Amino acid sequence: MSSRVLPIDVVRVPPGLEPLRAEVRTFLDSEIRRGAFTPQCDSWLTGWDEPFSRRLAEHGWIGMTIPRRYGGQGRTVLDRQVVLEELLAVGAPVAAHWIADRQTAPSLLRYGSEQQRAEFLPEIAAGRCYFAIGMSEPDSGSDLASVRTRAVRVAGGWRLTGTKVWTSGAHRAQWFFVLARSAPDTGDRHAGLSQFIVNLRAEGVTVRPIRLLTGEHEFNEVQLDGVFVPDRYVLGEIGSGWGQVTSELGYERSGPERLLTTFPLLAALVSEVRRRADRDPAAVAEIGALTSRLLTLRQLSLSVAGMLAAGKPADVAAALVKDLGTRFEQEVAERARMLADEMPDPDAAPGTFTSHLVRGLLHSPGYTLRGGTNEVLRGVVAKALERA
Amino acid sequence: MNEELHAIAATAAQICSEWTPEAAARYSGGWADEVWDSLTKAEFTVLPVPESSGGAGAGLAEAAVVVHEIGRAAVPVPLTETALLAGWLLTAASRTVPTGPLTASAPTDMAVDRCAGGYRLTGKLSRVPYGHLAERVAVLLDRAEPLVAILDSPREAWERGRNLAGEPRDTLLLQDTFVPGEDVTEVDATISGRAFRVRGALGRALLLSGAMEAALDSTITYAGQREQFGRPISRFQAVSHHLAAMAEEAAASTTVAMSAATAGQQPDWILTAAAKAQAGRAAGVVARLAHQVHGALGFTDEHPLRLITTRLWSWRDEFGNERFWERQLGAAACAAPDLWTLVTDPAEVRANG
Ligand SMILES: Cc1cc2nc3c(=O)[nH]c(=O)nc-3n(C[C@H](O)[C@H](O)[C@H](O)COP(=O)(O)OP(=O)(O)OC[C@H]3O[C@@H](n4cnc5c(N)ncnc54)[C@H](O)[C@@H]3O)c2cc1C
Repeated sequence: MSSRVLPIDVVRVPPGLEPLRAEVRTFLDSEIRRGAFTPQCDSWLTGWDEPFSRRLAEHGWIGMTIPRRYGGQGRTVLDRQVVLEELLAVGAPVAAHWIADRQTAPSLLRYGSEQQRAEFLPEIAAGRCYFAIGMSEPDSGSDLASVRTRAVRVAGGWRLTGTKVWTSGAHRAQWFFVLARSAPDTGDRHAGLSQFIVNLRAEGVTVRPIRLLTGEHEFNEVQLDGVFVPDRYVLGEIGSGWGQVTSELGYERSGPERLLTTFPLLAALVSEVRRRADRDPAAVAEIGALTSRLLTLRQLSLSVAGMLAAGKPADVAAALVKDLGTRFEQEVAERARMLADEMPDPDAAPGTFTSHLVRGLLHSPGYTLRGGTNEVLRGVVAKALERA
Repeated sequence: MNEELHAIAATAAQICSEWTPEAAARYSGGWADEVWDSLTKAEFTVLPVPESSGGAGAGLAEAAVVVHEIGRAAVPVPLTETALLAGWLLTAASRTVPTGPLTASAPTDMAVDRCAGGYRLTGKLSRVPYGHLAERVAVLLDRAEPLVAILDSPREAWERGRNLAGEPRDTLLLQDTFVPGEDVTEVDATISGRAFRVRGALGRALLLSGAMEAALDSTITYAGQREQFGRPISRFQAVSHHLAAMAEEAAASTTVAMSAATAGQQPDWILTAAAKAQAGRAAGVVARLAHQVHGALGFTDEHPLRLITTRLWSWRDEFGNERFWERQLGAAACAAPDLWTLVTDPAEVRANG
């Protein structure tokens, strides 16, 4: 069954997955209770905790869909979805491995050489190998095909020169995929682009912090000065970078993190309203409104996972979920401040309602920009309507 | 706006430009003391205070214009606290108003005990703007017979706090604190906690609307310069509609806030409630769209947009957020003979509620 307007399947979580969900929940409960982490909003991009990543990997919860011969679990997309949902719901610090698990591994499985898969996939699944994303540049944001980083052919490989920006986690990750122009633009702007696997500690790589408006160091400027990349680290085909990066963006955009970034705040809001003696009926009704949207978005997110599991194209569904989902994330922060009538005190203790509020609010500009802006996503949906 | 108000706005903008982009970027608490000195010289800090109390004897409208400029320039100074709140309380207490900086607070649960030679106060002054920097704190003790107490600010005793923009929001605990009788004055019953809140809300609505105009300016400029897909992003309709939506919200906010301030010597509380609700709602919209158009660049600490948006996110919650004022308005609408009467009542009828 699917929507007639846009291609979206109706998918339910198979009942067999509840034991997995319970297992993850028990693990996370005990981690929180022993103080291993403090739940927070936006933890999937900014909660970097390598020991936590390794503990997850020990349970087999990283690289779940990677085949067993590459060190993964060979499980389904929906199995993985269940684990992601639980991690996001408690705001667990998953940033270290998130990008590698979400988009690097599937890209390697689709386009990587046997040697690349053997080298990276087992390490990713072990929660030890972390990747960043080298797409954006100062003059290339939404218009990704305009990247200027150049790849020049040299003996045994390529030399890369250019500047990447907003590279999340580049100061902590070991590797990133770099989208670069390997042949001059001759009219077809999507031709002549290639992807390279680049070591962030290689000679000629300089990583400089760019601080968020909160002063936090999360993303970076990465300068490449004639960085040598051996042939064995070319991803896929030279000249096929555009198709590959589009597919990578599909993985980047499709997950439940695009609606659950501020879930810890929403959960705290519900506790806050419940705790209050008056249980203001207007506040209860608004929580109901937010909950109805959460339920809707979660079903949509399951649809995306289900369609990917079935090998169907999910770009349009993913764009729609990300547009609606990220606006919901912002809306949660907006509603929470008003319902709780709480000053956003930046010095509130970690883990409190107010600290969730402050973080949810201050990080909110990023939700609707990163991974493709909402205007660009609507462009994707609008195109699908033309085809429909 | 008449010519005189335009001239005041221009002078205020000129003074605000002393707060340089470098100073703004470096700011991490405290206040713009040099701008304050210039504001003082221009008598802008005590504009609406009668001359007999040491003020400039101008109207609320004149003060509103200056506050709006402060909001636009995002200068950290206790202008609304001094001009609209403390100045008003001190005047009511028949005191000469010093040039400040002053701040004010109207605690809801302060225990007040008479004792030999004065009063003892026990309670808390919470998140008082610029508390530790103010020379005096005017405290309104809202009771059947309201009192205004004037405290010399005990600088070291404040527990320092801040808002999202880093502006001081300090808390002072009073524990059986003695205030001499000559510093406590009984005031007229119209000097109520509610009137205090209305004035505070008016100040914030004016600051917010000024800040929204600044966000709009920055966003229009950026959208005209930033190119993607071979053209300025302002040429994409999705972006130009964002700019239009921001402009509408900012203009609406300024108009209603100024209207509330030009009703007379006291703010028109119905329009103030509408103004604060409008500005609070619009602040979220304008901050969101400004960031959306600025892309990742505006999300960094190097870009000045944060100086505006962190203030929008802070000021909208002070002196009652939009939900608070919507409730007040809703109650007033239900209590009025009919809604249209409430909308069209002349301001004098509803000053102070
Ligand atoms: C928190 C965060 C983390 C990030 N992490 C990474 C990372 O790890 N790696 C990486 O490569 N990048 C990263 N990015 C960058 C992100 O992908 C870009 O911000 C995004 O692609 C938008 O580009 P831009 O910021 O240059 O905005 P621009 O493309 O300049 O867009 C500015 C505005 O114009 C609008 N616009 C542009 N073109 C059109 C159009 N054709 N039609 C309608 N509207 C249009 C946009 O929607 C936006 O509102 C990150 C960004 C953020 C905020």
